[in-house]
Amino acid sequence: MTRPTTAPIRPAPRRGPLGGHGFMGGMPVEKSMNFGPSARRLLGRLRPHRIPLIGVILLAVGSVGLSVIGPKVLGHATDIIFAGLIGKQLPPGTTQEQAVAGARAAGNDTFADMLARMDLVPGVGIDFPRLGWVLALAAALFLAASLLSWLQGHLLTGIVQRSVRQLRTDVEAKLNRLPLSYFDAQPRGELLSRVTNDIDNIAQSLQQTLSQLLSSLLTVVGVLVMMFVISPLLAVVALVTVPLSILVTQRIAKRSQKQFVAQWQHTGALNGQIEEAFTGHELVKVFGRQREVEAAFAAKNEELFRASFAAQFVSGIIMPAMMFIGNLSYVAIAVIGGLRVASGSMSLGDVQAFIQYSRFFTQPLTQLASMANLLQSGVASAERVFEVLDAPEQSPDPVEPARPTQRRGRVEFEGVSFRYAPDKPLIEDLSLVAEPGHTVAIVGPTGAGKTTLVNLIMRFYELDAGRITLDGVDIATMRRDELRGQIGMVLQDTWLFGGTIRDNIAYGNPDATEEQIIAAAKATFVDRFVRSLPDGYDTVIDEEGSNVSAGEKQLITIARAFLSNPSLLILDEATSSVDTRTEVLLQRAMAALRADRTSFVIAHRLSTIRDADLILVMENGRIVEQGTHAELLAAEGAYHRLYHAQFSQPVVEEEAAVPVGGVPGVGGPPFGAMPRQR
Amino acid sequence: MLTRLLRTYLRPYVWPLAAVVLLQLVGTIAMLYLPSLNADIIDHGIARGDTGYIVRTGGWMLLVSAVQMACSIAAVYYGARTAMGFGRDVRAAIFHRVIRYSGREVGQFGAPSLITRNTNDVQQVQMLVVVTCTMLVSAPIMCVGGVIMALREDIGLAWLMAVCVPVLVLSIGLVIMRMVPQFRLMQTRIDTVNRVLREQISGIRVVRAFVREPYEMRRFDDANRDLTETALRAGRLMAVVFPIVMLVLNLSSIAVLWFGAARVDSGEIQIGALTAFLSYLMQILMSVMMATFMVIMVPRAAVCAERIVEVLDTDTTVVPPRQPVTELSRRGELELRNVRFQYPGAADPVLRDISFTARAGQTIAIIGSTGSGKTTLLSLVPRLFDVTGGAVYVDGVDVRDLDPDLLWSRIGLVPQRPYLFSGTIASNLRYGRPDATDEELWTSLEIAQARDFVEALPEGLNAPVAQGGTNLSGGQRQRLAIARALVRRPEIYLFDDSFSALDLGTDARLRAALRPATADAVVVIVAQRVSTILDADQIVVLENGAVAGIGRHDELLDTCPTYREIVDSQLTVEALS
Repeated sequence: MTRPTTAPIRPAPRRGPLGGHGFMGGMPVEKSMNFGPSARRLLGRLRPHRIPLIGVILLAVGSVGLSVIGPKVLGHATDIIFAGLIGKQLPPGTTQEQAVAGARAAGNDTFADMLARMDLVPGVGIDFPRLGWVLALAAALFLAASLLSWLQGHLLTGIVQRSVRQLRTDVEAKLNRLPLSYFDAQPRGELLSRVTNDIDNIAQSLQQTLSQLLSSLLTVVGVLVMMFVISPLLAVVALVTVPLSILVTQRIAKRSQKQFVAQWQHTGALNGQIEEAFTGHELVKVFGRQREVEAAFAAKNEELFRASFAAQFVSGIIMPAMMFIGNLSYVAIAVIGGLRVASGSMSLGDVQAFIQYSRFFTQPLTQLASMANLLQSGVASAERVFEVLDAPEQSPDPVEPARPTQRRGRVEFEGVSFRYAPDKPLIEDLSLVAEPGHTVAIVGPTGAGKTTLVNLIMRFYELDAGRITLDGVDIATMRRDELRGQIGMVLQDTWLFGGTIRDNIAYGNPDATEEQIIAAAKATFVDRFVRSLPDGYDTVIDEEGSNVSAGEKQLITIARAFLSNPSLLILDEATSSVDTRTEVLLQRAMAALRADRTSFVIAHRLSTIRDADLILVMENGRIVEQGTHAELLAAEGAYHRLYHAQFSQPVVEEEAAVPVGGVPGVGGPPFGAMPRQR
Repeated sequence: MLTRLLRTYLRPYVWPLAAVVLLQLVGTIAMLYLPSLNADIIDHGIARGDTGYIVRTGGWMLLVSAVQMACSIAAVYYGARTAMGFGRDVRAAIFHRVIRYSGREVGQFGAPSLITRNTNDVQQVQMLVVVTCTMLVSAPIMCVGGVIMALREDIGLAWLMAVCVPVLVLSIGLVIMRMVPQFRLMQTRIDTVNRVLREQISGIRVVRAFVREPYEMRRFDDANRDLTETALRAGRLMAVVFPIVMLVLNLSSIAVLWFGAARVDSGEIQIGALTAFLSYLMQILMSVMMATFMVIMVPRAAVCAERIVEVLDTDTTVVPPRQPVTELSRRGELELRNVRFQYPGAADPVLRDISFTARAGQTIAIIGSTGSGKTTLLSLVPRLFDVTGGAVYVDGVDVRDLDPDLLWSRIGLVPQRPYLFSGTIASNLRYGRPDATDEELWTSLEIAQARDFVEALPEGLNAPVAQGGTNLSGGQRQRLAIARALVRRPEIYLFDDSFSALDLGTDARLRAALRPATADAVVVIVAQRVSTILDADQIVVLENGAVAGIGRHDELLDTCPTYREIVDSQLTVEALS
């Protein structure tokens, strides 16, 4: 039942430490199916943190409010300086009214209007104590705003990280409750990508959007309010540029998005080509394809150049364009404001404050726009994670589990039926008995259901009909961990985890002492090669397991099963290319493991089969024959055919008439023509 | 290394680069001119109530803005062209070099590492060039220009700049310096969490069989907790950056107003100049901030550049002959004479003193335990490696004197890992001979025992093949790889352990079909299974890189103990009798 495990892993949407969601664009945004419900559900996961969350909102309101007032206060400081400057030029001893009247008399009406609005004492320069107070106030405001903003970020980081941690924990716990059929049903790469890349993406999106979304929105509102307070006319002028900038950004963004998608696709295509050329390096050479491969590469490289240049250029236009629009409103405000100051309907400080506000205003707007993408991809990831969390789970263990009264290792199948897919029957009405201490060899072509049979004993899958008993107790009424605790398993794929050899052996029995571990290692021939390694039992098996050969890995899995001291054993003998000496060790280790235990062996070796107490011949999910080697050979049935197809010496066709090593393989279905199950 | 790489591969882009600098210069000057014009509005327009002057200057400001935009866009154009062109050229240079590597260099770097260097690493460096061209170039211009303009407004306040800029750089720099290691640590911890998850998913059967769910959960919880801790630390440092930047900017403007007020009062500067000075200071601080953020990209790009240069500095050890032999008179002969192969610096040779000759129609089998040098031996024939002693002759000519294309046209290789290229089954089969007819493809498939399963596919020969052939089973891949070599109709076949994924029945039938098809060719088979090579004309038994015996099966059984040992471990006496 091996399924393809190598599936394309979706490229992780990685962002740099500074969260550069701006100028590189990178991957196309994956759209979510149900944005609203998924986003709500994602936010719902923050519920346990609602009290600090309220704190975050209050802090954001506070810091944005304070920093929005700041420019107004600074503008006031400018007014004081300006008033002092003008006042100094007026003759001392007069009043402000006299000065205004004087200006009017001189025919300078605009200047008079401006004077009338100012807060000055003629003949007196800048009021430094007052300026000092105003500036001190501004400093205090800014300091408080920064402090609140920092507190907000600090608190929010905690909320986000703890929520993501909980999400990871939930997903991990869920993985343990999912039935094995769930893992079979989809490529492993896909599932892996969901539980790793997607969760990372959620963490980043949450962290970046939550803090900025809040403060950007608040800033827009706050700045708008301040602008209208200072001058409704100028506020309207400033607002005119907003739809303009949105329009321009959208237009450019739409085109650049397309270019970025193209860039992404071309990058993928080129990377694929590089991967192929380098992985199949020797083939490219020996098959004389260097020139073609280089030409194809050059073409793709050129395409990528074009696409990425276009993407970079189009998206690079946004900044200058936005700057120009910003300058437009800057000029408009400067001119109109200047005219209004000159006419006395506005103070210079207010114009200066206004210019600052209008700069303040466009920045959060563009931020909000760029966040939309980030939010989309975060929610799309959340959706994929939720799909895992929502998948149906395996049935829970019974509340009052049954337990065999004695551990002997007698297994019985009673009319068992099982199928992976509803429309494809695999095992139908299968019955068999394995007596304690017996070795049961299962033989048959690929896809006959051998692996499925042993998986059912482990209760990796639930039966469709019939029952399996262990020492008289239906395994469906037992707790899964108790059932599996009695079974030792050596699988075809030698799965070891990234840890030391000692830890990997002790995996079968965490309470084992050092002596027991070494005894198990000695019994299964692991000890010999471990001692030759520089770090011995502390050798860390890395992810590729490159420091330990395939055969040695297999030996370690046997030691692992040996140490767990099971009453029932499941062995898969299939060995991938292992050199001949290790092969001998493997056989002996497996034999040591089998001694005195009930064993189910998916057999590939003649010696195992011949020595077995019972041979089950499987074809298409059925046991077509059972018996001992001698009995089955005498019956001249399926086993007879299979035996000669598989174990007799290979026969060259023109010599086929001459029996070599017994009876020639005639009549039976050729082994390789068996339907391959994938 | 970074500078060397940049110098070499940016050289063709000197003119666009110069254009970028010039355009940024003009654009920046235009941008810097704006506050100065605004100051004029205040000082000459508002203060004197001259509305005409205000409007005129406003129009002038618009024009300057337009110039600034045009320059920026043009700079982006040339900048993007340069950066992307640079990336393209470096990628091409790496690819060109690697494709000429021998097996030794590929093995030394490892294919995955070479792929990363050709893709990711180039992208990182390219990214730095992009940022440099579009942003980093303008930062110093903005800085210098801003300082000049600010000083033009008022020299007396210059000391403020000398205080504010270092304060900003220091405060951001300090936070970033603490942040970078945290982010690096975070990445490794993310990797740990992902590794644990990956192990759980791929080992789900083992985890459940040994009832280790609780243990795995603990393991995961630990990794998860560690990650959360680091992410918290990094995130909290990040939360400091923005408030600090805002604080420094705002306090700077307060300082300008306070100290500027005194100078306005004493009549040393005008109030408009003060406002302009404020704008310049803000612009300078902003560009300094950007530059500081960007500069942290440099170390990472430098590491990538080093890895790239390493590839570009490595030469292939298999050089094509200067005066190649382009014609061969004989056909179908392979001879190894006292062949020796040793990695430079290695204590022992991988192969030593190996000699044998094979003629057309003969099958040579090579057997031996893992690490005995079988694959290396095969690789010497198509010059994936070159011998370090002795020589390999094809049709009587030393392979090192042969035109590589001619040499390769005579060889059909089936590698140990049957790699397939993305495309269709047909495109893969035609890999070695693009002009092969469908009929020829089917014949080869039939010999390779692959006809049945290809016929069963709905698209037949045009069935898609994923990169690496991952959508096919190991046995199917192996048989297609064999068919691919057959389509080529070479005179020397090299099978590197090519029958291991086949069951014994298929193996036997395949070899039986292979015999007539390769009647006029030399067949070299590396094998693990004795049954695969029983009928070979010569069996070469390798042990620790040396020949332990050469002969037919029966001869070796009598004369070669190593061979007997191998046979004993695999076949029972009964099966052989």
